[in-house]
Amino acid sequence: MKYIEEFRDPDLAAGLAHAIRATADPARTYRYMEFCGGHTHAIARYGVEDLLPDNIKMIHGPGCPVCVLPVARVDTAVALATQNDVILCTYADLLRVPGSRYDSLLKAKARGADIRMVYSVTDALNIAADNPDRQVVFFAIGFETTTPPTAVALKLAQARGLKNFTVHCNHVLTPAAMRAILGGHENGQAEKVVLDGFVGPAHVSAVIGTEPYHEFTRDYRKPVVIAGFEPLDVMQSVLQLVRQTNEGRAEVENEYTRAVTPQGNQKAIALMDEVFALRDSFEWRGLGVVPHSALKIRPHLAEFDAENRFAIQVQPGVENKACACGEILRGEKTPTQCKIFGNPCTPENPLGACMVSSEGACAAHWTYGRFRAQGHEAAQ
Amino acid sequence: MSHRKLEGSRPLDLVRGQVDLSHGAGGRAMAQLIQDLFIDSFSNDLLNREHDAAMFSLPLGRVVMSTDTFVVSPIFFPGGDIGSLAVHGTVNDLSMGGGVPKYLTAGFILEEGFPLSDLARVVKSMAQAARDAGVSIVSGDTKVVEKGHGDGIFINTAGVGVVPDGVEICGDRARPGDVVLVSGTLGDHGVAVMSKRENLSFTTEILSDSQSLNDLVAAMLAGVPGIRVLRDPTRGGLAATLNEIAHQSGVGVALNEAAIPIRREVKSACELLGLDPLYVANEGKLIAICAPADAEHLLAIMRGHPKGRDSAIIGTVLKDDRCFVHMKTGLGGTRMVDWMAGEQLPRIC
Amino acid sequence: MCLAIPARIIGMRPDGLANVEVDGVIKEVSLDLVDDVGPGDYVIVHVGYALAKLDEAEAKRTLNLFAEMGKVA
Repeated sequence: MKYIEEFRDPDLAAGLAHAIRATADPARTYRYMEFCGGHTHAIARYGVEDLLPDNIKMIHGPGCPVCVLPVARVDTAVALATQNDVILCTYADLLRVPGSRYDSLLKAKARGADIRMVYSVTDALNIAADNPDRQVVFFAIGFETTTPPTAVALKLAQARGLKNFTVHCNHVLTPAAMRAILGGHENGQAEKVVLDGFVGPAHVSAVIGTEPYHEFTRDYRKPVVIAGFEPLDVMQSVLQLVRQTNEGRAEVENEYTRAVTPQGNQKAIALMDEVFALRDSFEWRGLGVVPHSALKIRPHLAEFDAENRFAIQVQPGVENKACACGEILRGEKTPTQCKIFGNPCTPENPLGACMVSSEGACAAHWTYGRFRAQGHEAAQ
Repeated sequence: MSHRKLEGSRPLDLVRGQVDLSHGAGGRAMAQLIQDLFIDSFSNDLLNREHDAAMFSLPLGRVVMSTDTFVVSPIFFPGGDIGSLAVHGTVNDLSMGGGVPKYLTAGFILEEGFPLSDLARVVKSMAQAARDAGVSIVSGDTKVVEKGHGDGIFINTAGVGVVPDGVEICGDRARPGDVVLVSGTLGDHGVAVMSKRENLSFTTEILSDSQSLNDLVAAMLAGVPGIRVLRDPTRGGLAATLNEIAHQSGVGVALNEAAIPIRREVKSACELLGLDPLYVANEGKLIAICAPADAEHLLAIMRGHPKGRDSAIIGTVLKDDRCFVHMKTGLGGTRMVDWMAGEQLPRIC
Repeated sequence: MCLAIPARIIGMRPDGLANVEVDGVIKEVSLDLVDDVGPGDYVIVHVGYALAKLDEAEAKRTLNLFAEMGKVA
């Protein structure tokens, strides 16, 4: 048992496709949001939608931490790197996200800012240890999967008494985002997206457990099926969602039992609670200002908070007016409904965050799926 | 100037010595470096005459010429180094045009302080690669830049070859119905280089596939002279190469994911690093496109050659005005294999 | 950003680290976020940290579920 190839078996996929087709009511449409960017990527990369009947629509959600980072925070990262003599450490995807006025971390790097791509926050800690005379800032983004590692790093920095390491914290919370999607949101946008249920995130749930999702089944009467990352997991979860919809149920079901338990990873949860506090509100690209949706570093670790150590000058963020990332993140528009999709917005020339991250709905559609929009030749 | 020991010179210290500005200045030090290291290693009749330009005749017919510059980092990686890569790269470019490679030039840009021991190692590797490929390095150049203005060593190679009569290989010759073949496993070179940078280790070491392909191409053309397209999937991987060909030929391509040979460690290294193996560079593989009637015969020839043991048929060419490359996934669905994935692996070739 | 991936622990190292193997690739990761794991166990790894231990019995049950569902007419 290796947990990878077995969950990509084409014969099992064909069986599940058959079962989904047999279970779905041809007289209606089913709209399910896969919240998590990793699921968006898996669906596109394996062509899962080809195995689903046409009346099941997968709506791509805002679970891509790069995609939901607002322009103002990208500008802040650029300002941090250019206004101070710091080494700014960031995950790769963030490098090309456009901030205001077409600037980005990659462009700032070309102008001479010391910006380094890291795979892990541990790399940033090592850079700090190797460069004691330089200030090192880790630009932290991510949902609850990525937050515990940042917590570990902050405690390590404290234990080692590092004087040159800080974190710029942009960690965000999944349930809050789901609430914003279902409950309507601020900034005067009245449209609520029509959804029949959620494919729940895999590894966020491995951390937070299944308990937090009961709020949605109870208060909004929408089924949630927590799905593993592999394509068979996604298909099985769609089948379970269709069943729930047909039977008028709204329950939390866990398809990813091999990694997710109801109470989650208690050690990670405790660590996050020890290190981070809730921000009153936080601006999300596409969702506007959402209360209690993001984390900040607690006072006892203030010396490791980049927002404390550095005074950062930014002008208000300027979003590209034609960019429909907001509506796409809320599931109200598909990528092809954005006026600048493909022209000029492409992965090589991204004008919005959804096109930069490989987990973003626009990038996934452009890279893997755009041949479908125009119809395609039958594969030989 | 004849090939004799320069009077009054100390021998080159290839163990502890370093490149310094005098090695690029045109004087004795440079002459000594050229004679005692480059000419000594690359030795052949044309080069040994030490003319500024090598003079030779080529058979009547079409000549192919190609150039490539190598900036790979790190310069020594599992399975190869910048020197052998520089030879293989240009030999392969000429071969992909259907040419029999004959002569190469080599230009070096060296950074002040670059260890002569590393330079010697690179040059010896180039010499061996050239011998293995049956080509001669007949002319060269050396420049030295100040410390901090060049990352150790950059190498440019250019080459000429001759295309035999009856061979017509060009990127615009793919036709609907043609078959797409690959000569072996994909992604090895990129992962080998990345693994050194990212401190990954493997249970079985992933080696770069860097090698010359002119002998494989010769065997293929001898058996199937009507091959339509040959190309080596270097930077940008299989995806970039097939998209180029699709656009040049005005066709589409349908791939079968299950048929594409990729080593399991390369697959999992790519998953760990967030890469797609279809976009990862190869330095010892080729894509061939041929008429359907020739496909099985060509596959047998490739598999029968030591450099093509893992060859496979991976797809077909279709009529498609949009020139899309798409792929039936292992799961049974379909996805596009687009031109650029957006991942950038700097300094991979 | 890298997805999380199942990896097998092949050896423990000091300071809460371990060597894990993913189908032939060996990497060092942190076990600071999990308890009670050791060589032979499979864990989910994300950005260099193990996040959860994989339950083999549940995995087999899930695979059986896929097969069962597929037989539904």
